[in-house]
Amino acid sequence: MLNIPIKDYLRETRIFNTRLGWAAVGVAVLTVTLLTRIVYLQVFDYRHYATLSQSNRVKPVPVPPARGLILGRNGVVLAQNFPVYTLDIVPEQVDDMGELIAELSKWVRITDGDAESFQKLRRERPSFESLTLRSYLNEEEAARIAVRLPFLNGTELRARLQRHYPLGGLAVAALGYVSRISEQDFDRIDKTEYRGLQQIGKLGLEATYEPLLVGRVGVEKVEINAHGRGLRTLERIAPMAGRNLHLNLDAKAQAVAEQALGNRRGAVVAVEPATGAVLVFASTPTYDGNAFVNGIDPVSYRALLENPDKPLINRALNGQYAPGSTIKAFLGLADLEAGDSIDMNRQVFCDGSYNLPGSAHQFRDWKRGGHGAVTLHEAIVQSCDVYFYRLAVALGAERIANFLAPFGFGRPTGVDLPGESSGLLPSPQWKRERGQTWYPGDTVVVGIGQGLLLATPLQLAAAVATIANRGIRMQPEILHAHSDPRDGSEIAVDPVAADAVPVKDAGHWDRLTQDLVAVVHSDRGTARGIGWNAPYRIAGKTGTSQVKAIAQGARYDEKETPERLRDHALFIAFAPAEAPKVAIAVVIENGGHGSSAAAPVARKVMDQIILGAPAGPAPVASRAAPPRAEQEE
Amino acid sequence: MGPSRSHLDKPLLYALLLLAAVSLAIVYSASARDASVTIAHFVRMVLGFLVLVGVAQLRPELIERLAPWLFGLGLLLLAAVLGVGAISKGAQRWLGLGGLRFQPSEIMKVAVPLMLAWYLSRGGLPPSWPRVAIALVITLVPSALIVRQPDLGTALLVAASGLFVLFLAGLQKRFIFGALALAAAAAPFLWGRLQPYQRSRILTLFDPQADPLGTGYHTIQSVIALGSGGFYGKGWLNSTQAHLEFLPESSTDFIFAVFGEEFGLVGILLAIILYGFIAGRALLIAFYAQDSFSRLLAGGIALEFFIQSFVNIGMVAGILPVVGVPLPMMSYGGSSIVTLLAGFGMLMSIQTHRKIVEF
Repeated sequence: MLNIPIKDYLRETRIFNTRLGWAAVGVAVLTVTLLTRIVYLQVFDYRHYATLSQSNRVKPVPVPPARGLILGRNGVVLAQNFPVYTLDIVPEQVDDMGELIAELSKWVRITDGDAESFQKLRRERPSFESLTLRSYLNEEEAARIAVRLPFLNGTELRARLQRHYPLGGLAVAALGYVSRISEQDFDRIDKTEYRGLQQIGKLGLEATYEPLLVGRVGVEKVEINAHGRGLRTLERIAPMAGRNLHLNLDAKAQAVAEQALGNRRGAVVAVEPATGAVLVFASTPTYDGNAFVNGIDPVSYRALLENPDKPLINRALNGQYAPGSTIKAFLGLADLEAGDSIDMNRQVFCDGSYNLPGSAHQFRDWKRGGHGAVTLHEAIVQSCDVYFYRLAVALGAERIANFLAPFGFGRPTGVDLPGESSGLLPSPQWKRERGQTWYPGDTVVVGIGQGLLLATPLQLAAAVATIANRGIRMQPEILHAHSDPRDGSEIAVDPVAADAVPVKDAGHWDRLTQDLVAVVHSDRGTARGIGWNAPYRIAGKTGTSQVKAIAQGARYDEKETPERLRDHALFIAFAPAEAPKVAIAVVIENGGHGSSAAAPVARKVMDQIILGAPAGPAPVASRAAPPRAEQEE
Repeated sequence: MGPSRSHLDKPLLYALLLLAAVSLAIVYSASARDASVTIAHFVRMVLGFLVLVGVAQLRPELIERLAPWLFGLGLLLLAAVLGVGAISKGAQRWLGLGGLRFQPSEIMKVAVPLMLAWYLSRGGLPPSWPRVAIALVITLVPSALIVRQPDLGTALLVAASGLFVLFLAGLQKRFIFGALALAAAAAPFLWGRLQPYQRSRILTLFDPQADPLGTGYHTIQSVIALGSGGFYGKGWLNSTQAHLEFLPESSTDFIFAVFGEEFGLVGILLAIILYGFIAGRALLIAFYAQDSFSRLLAGGIALEFFIQSFVNIGMVAGILPVVGVPLPMMSYGGSSIVTLLAGFGMLMSIQTHRKIVEF
């Protein structure tokens, strides 16, 4: 080993030691380089990397808030949330998917459609995500799965809150419904406020008060691993439940109204005259809002669309009907107000028809042969057409339009529902603006609420409530108050006076009311059929609006007219006449006569509101039976 | 420092034991408190130290005589691994031998400097031109075999260990500069020979964000782990990057990122001092060694230990490309620890079998 010369040994040692020295220098330089880099990372860039590390591991998961409840008067629940269960599977954790699904289908019904959409999800989503196999398990199904969960690898049972309308289709015209958030919805809402939410109010109060109902979404900060799997919750900002809505709507009266309308196409709107509180808001046929909550299936939707009764049309809000003779109540007041300023005899002889001067065209009275000599009172009570033809001509179209406007005709009432129709209050000016000519005959038919004049049941209710409230028209409001679900603190919606009808003599309100009471309570009144046994006094006016034009010289015969061309039946009223608690408008499409079809519906609803009970059987023999109604309005 | 009867160099031994203790703690954390992994690691550590103690007892003359045999055995095993090696992570690196699995390439980390020290100490220093050529063949043949596995990182380390020995042997400056010039000229050719993943790893170094979920992912997550450790670290067992599985290979190649995340700059300074101390002590042993073989072997092992540590930490810190090089004494992995400690056993043998001849 040491067989080399000592000289070489020393030289080799020197060479080696020099090289070792260089190596040591290299070691030192590289070490300093590393340290510099690490100091730079851990000291100067610490905040940057700490943030990156944090955002790496923490994922905010939205926690949806519970939607506010909707409660009727007296706390009847009209819209609530109830937990629905979904059966989810994490494919990654399942050894044999076919076997698992077969096992699960022993306990809950799993259709081919469920399995198919699950397989589709499986192809599209990462295998560590939980994918829905079945939705809407009922309590029993959920329980059956829950007890077996420990033996079902990769199976999850998840609960979430879903909107539910416990009374089915009741008041759907007012409530509307929630449904899946659509692309269009996303364009108009703040997406961050809807994280974790699947539904949004689409129609009715659910849409109007969406901002109150929706609440505020909470956030759970969940620690996740690199695969995105949540491991534990680090921090939770609780969601804020939406506010509860307390409605003016009287669920019992609403049910009475919907039942009374039955299968007929129609609408009932009842309001409290003094406040504008909407007590009943019904449109029939109704449909079940629950069907829309998760997106309605195409078959059911087509069935609703193609139903000849058009249940999806909100007749109370958007049904625009000629008011027919119900307009006479308002024109009667116009007559009183006009007094001697118009060229009109206080007594008119009705011979069953009216001709404009110099015209052969006959405007017929509904009563063949006429009513004979009638005053305004008798004209309202018996609904004499000829009197009102003359009155309309005497007032003139412009004056009629100006007089009717403050009652709310021709514009939306401002009720708290979206998409309200405005009806139509025609005037010569209105026709001129559309390049049309106003004919004298147009004025004549306005006198009996026909022709171009159109009003929604809601407008009619608000208008008759204005009479009851002696000229102050309150804006109809369905919402009474909204409250914080945590502490119950309420914010009330104040009644808003929308308009006032200027009268020269307040006594005219009393006279008009007397006339309208006589419509219901006098022997010759057109609505005496509902008045003879009423325990309170009703002021009302019947109406029949013509759907089919009747040729000159022909008569309308209900029995020979196809149902869809039959007249619409209308009735407007308020009661008790002395101190009105309710004003109501009833429209029944193709229902025939206001007196026989619409008025009884109004009576039932008013009984419920005023007496707190539906009308019982008529008191036996305490009064005379009603005289048999003529086939009048 | 004089020789000891146990033939163990106490300062080196204590430093290595301290590092082993740190390694156990950090493997426990990086494996998400997996006791079985930690125990396996502990068993390998014990095995490694037993090998160290055993090797330290051998006289340097015996080690010198065994050198060609060990080198030959290593070459055979490397050839075998290419033939029958088990497929592991897409590369053939492992060889099963009677229930034990190990990486023959690890043997070469010791066998190549050993063989070169043996060969170069045969002739005078600095080595003549033909001897340099043969030394290069001795270095490059095993490296080439390891590249074929493919395991670029280990191959480079093995090549480096040979070159270190050549450098310490006094390789003439014209060879050094000539080789550097040749390397620069051959770089484009070599670049073309690299596997696509190897190329992208090098490119990634310059812009990790170019492919954050692909080749840049390791570097990005490792730098986040280090950087978010800050001055004092997140504390033992609190590495979110590793526990939430953002950091890949957290028990093996990227264990230093976990260490840096949990113990911060303070821990890293202490660790680097420890590594520096071990490298320095090894260089000192080389300095004190009394014959060419011992010097070259000790110096080669010392520099190889240092450069492997530097490459690994440089990779973790994002200044070197991601190559599969474990951190000596820290990373989980049996072959690496045993061969490493065998090398340190040789250093101790050199140190403790010195004849007391002071000039």
